[in-house]
Amino acid sequence: MIRFAAHRLALGVLVVVGVVVLTFLIARVIPGDPAVTYAGPRASKAQLAQTRQQLGLDKSLPVQLADYMKGIATGDWGTSYRTKQPVLSDLRTVLPASIELVTAGLFLALLIGLPLGLIAARYHGGAPDILVRVFSVIGVSMPVFWLALILQLVFAQRLGWLPAAGEYNPNLYYSSPLTSYVQMPVVDALITGNIPVLESTVSHLILPALVIAAYPAGLLARMVRASVLDTLGESHIRMTRSLGFGDLAIYGRWALRPAMNPVVQVTALVFAYSLANTFLVEAVFDWPGLGSYAANSLQSLDTPAIVGVTLIVAIVYVILNLIVDIVQAAIDPRIRLR
Amino acid sequence: MKLEVRDLNVWFGERQVVAVDRLDLDRGETLGLVGETGSGKSLTAYSIAGLAPGMGARVEGSVTLDGRELIGLSDRELREIRGRRVAMIFQAPISSLNPVFRVGDMFQRALRLHGAGKQDARRLAAEAMNAVALSPDLLRRYPHQLSGGQAQRVAIALAVALRAEVLIADEPTSALDVTVQAEILEQLQALRAEEGIATLFISHDLAVVSGLCNRVAIMREGRIVEQGPVGTTLREPRHPYTKQLLAAVPRLSAVGSADA
Amino acid sequence: MSVAATIRPGRMAALRRNPTLVAGGIVLGLIVIVAVFAPWLAPYPADAGNATHPFQVLAPPSSAHPFGTDLVGRDLLSRVMFGARISLRLVIEVLVIAGLIGIPLGLVAGYFGGRIDQVIMRITDVFLAFPALLLSLAIAFVLTPSVQNMTIAIAVTWWPWYTRLVRGEAASVTTRPYIESCRVLGVAPWRVLLRHVLPNSMTPVLVQMSLDAGGILLTAASISFLGLGAQDPTPEWGLMVSQGAQYFSTQWWFVTFAGVSILLTAMAFNMIGDGVRELLDPKRVISR
Repeated sequence: MIRFAAHRLALGVLVVVGVVVLTFLIARVIPGDPAVTYAGPRASKAQLAQTRQQLGLDKSLPVQLADYMKGIATGDWGTSYRTKQPVLSDLRTVLPASIELVTAGLFLALLIGLPLGLIAARYHGGAPDILVRVFSVIGVSMPVFWLALILQLVFAQRLGWLPAAGEYNPNLYYSSPLTSYVQMPVVDALITGNIPVLESTVSHLILPALVIAAYPAGLLARMVRASVLDTLGESHIRMTRSLGFGDLAIYGRWALRPAMNPVVQVTALVFAYSLANTFLVEAVFDWPGLGSYAANSLQSLDTPAIVGVTLIVAIVYVILNLIVDIVQAAIDPRIRLR
Repeated sequence: MKLEVRDLNVWFGERQVVAVDRLDLDRGETLGLVGETGSGKSLTAYSIAGLAPGMGARVEGSVTLDGRELIGLSDRELREIRGRRVAMIFQAPISSLNPVFRVGDMFQRALRLHGAGKQDARRLAAEAMNAVALSPDLLRRYPHQLSGGQAQRVAIALAVALRAEVLIADEPTSALDVTVQAEILEQLQALRAEEGIATLFISHDLAVVSGLCNRVAIMREGRIVEQGPVGTTLREPRHPYTKQLLAAVPRLSAVGSADA
Repeated sequence: MSVAATIRPGRMAALRRNPTLVAGGIVLGLIVIVAVFAPWLAPYPADAGNATHPFQVLAPPSSAHPFGTDLVGRDLLSRVMFGARISLRLVIEVLVIAGLIGIPLGLVAGYFGGRIDQVIMRITDVFLAFPALLLSLAIAFVLTPSVQNMTIAIAVTWWPWYTRLVRGEAASVTTRPYIESCRVLGVAPWRVLLRHVLPNSMTPVLVQMSLDAGGILLTAASISFLGLGAQDPTPEWGLMVSQGAQYFSTQWWFVTFAGVSILLTAMAFNMIGDGVRELLDPKRVISR
């Protein structure tokens, strides 16, 4: 087990190094003159020269790469042109809100996708199965930015059921100020027992979380369906039936649990995917996370910030994958043999 | 306990796969159901346990347990009988146990499903494990940590723990090594003696059946062509198919009676 | 190697039992017709470009403009129709480029194994550590925004999927006896690769490509929505949604029809992908 974990960890570190090299290639090598990309098209000659020196563009590429990697490793991820803050500290501020949003989205996706997948498997070939499959195709085919606009228009502006944008009602800044520990309002409100903020944040969170949930819900519904159908053909299910268990127990426990491994893996994978999708969603709902930060940085041609965002999402992805691999191997020793 | 099957007909779509006119099983008896692959012997057994409709088959006729008709019972009523009164064990013992649950979980859930309390369930599981000569420590293991023989004993122990009166054994030893096979057969014999469990033993192996069963029924193409006490049937077969089967067994001298 | 070539006659019956594939095929067929004949079908072909009509800005749907008009008075129906051309072409180009990079690398990795395999697979690991949208965005960001560069940016992120898939297939094909005997007989490696390993590795790639088409379309629309893809006169659907976003609460048509087009096209692609998988490769469960 320890050997397995060490092996996976080594591979993970190797991938992260590769990720850093790749972002270096994107930021410094693909553009003809990286100084222009960094300083922006409106930069003056003097600014360009300064940028060039700052980035070490006068040195050879391998030296530049070494400097770049040293910077990343020591926490110097450059300075954002837009916020004038170190990129890493910007990321530290914005990442928690996005993690909160994506977690809520995936929670909703599981809440929707798991039962739908089970229902489709139970009524395999029947009307419920067809309905679920249509739903799942719509889920994975949905342009999220468009869904965000539609939900906002219908449920916030027209029906007025939910707030249109923001993290929580700004009036609460004064009436019940929130002490931040982890920068995630839901968690912070729970820790501090701040009920008004909690209620307000949850109601602000529902719409963007639903948008984030669309793709994973569709994906999970069809995965659970396929996975459970596979499991149902196995002989342990026949054994379970012969012991007198009914459909509810068979589908909800005996067939679902063995089918959960791929589902857990995909959920971890889709976390990073959804983190990228926040770029398209947060700006619409004015959710102050990584997505809004990225969208603003894209608009203002803020290269260091974009490189930072790209790096952090890839790193989150590698770490999540590592955790899933190791946890699954710890739970199920058969995996280690693969 | 008395299980009676009369005029059992099973169809898959338009194709009839089982046409059994008569089959009886008494307390403490072991009935061997012998036939080739595809002769309908397993499906006969699944129909008795009420599992055939779930596999897409249409079942007609009569199966009574102590006079109570099982065909046509609601799913709910059938589930109370399944496991509690009629238990099953299968060919591939390890894959018959759910890979992601500990063996003990299976016992807990099955026993509590049939009305045992938490403490009782724990005690019954341990007793059943002892009854099949396994250490109750194995309850903490996952199926893939068991040997094939251990897994099959666990499956038998489930039937013991649930105090099943009828055990349907669908080729329970054909996937096991010869020595392990002998152990499991011995176990089944002991269960019959100690608990009085009636066993419907499905097999294609006449040698095994002759050593274990009191009575034997020979199946071919969905029909029972001959049945009777194991000694007379195998010593003086009347139906040509039975003779054919016997001729295929390497050592006829091994055939004998197994009256317990 | 085409899909048609791998469909044996007996599979025509399977086609009839595959409503997903048929429904997706019909919808995509219509979209292809609209795309091909857009110059003749569109009521105002010039509006797909940079024509402006200051007196009919943001007009609601009417018989003259069934989908309404946009910010500078261009007919949205015409723009949506021409948008189909851009999207379909982009998807095909991305699949071709990604296939041309990914398949040979996968063949080489799977056939030769050893160190070259290690190197190629570690490189794909790095690319696959990014969500496709993110890496495409980052590359599109450093290039000049245009449909062409967006195509390149997406293709560059997409090839590793095919490398990984082909490598696995090629590695398993390579161990078969007849390939072994080719090697012993001294047949040139490239010949073995092209004649035997490649054709035997193609089915899963075709399945994966048909499953990916919808994702590529959505990625492109997302990049354009964020302003790094198609630029203004281009009638790209994602860009149209982005242009209409701020007018959505009052001029709903601007965003709605472009968005529905993206959804329908992606659905058609995904249904075809599911159908093709059922037809050619019923066992595989996608996990992306």
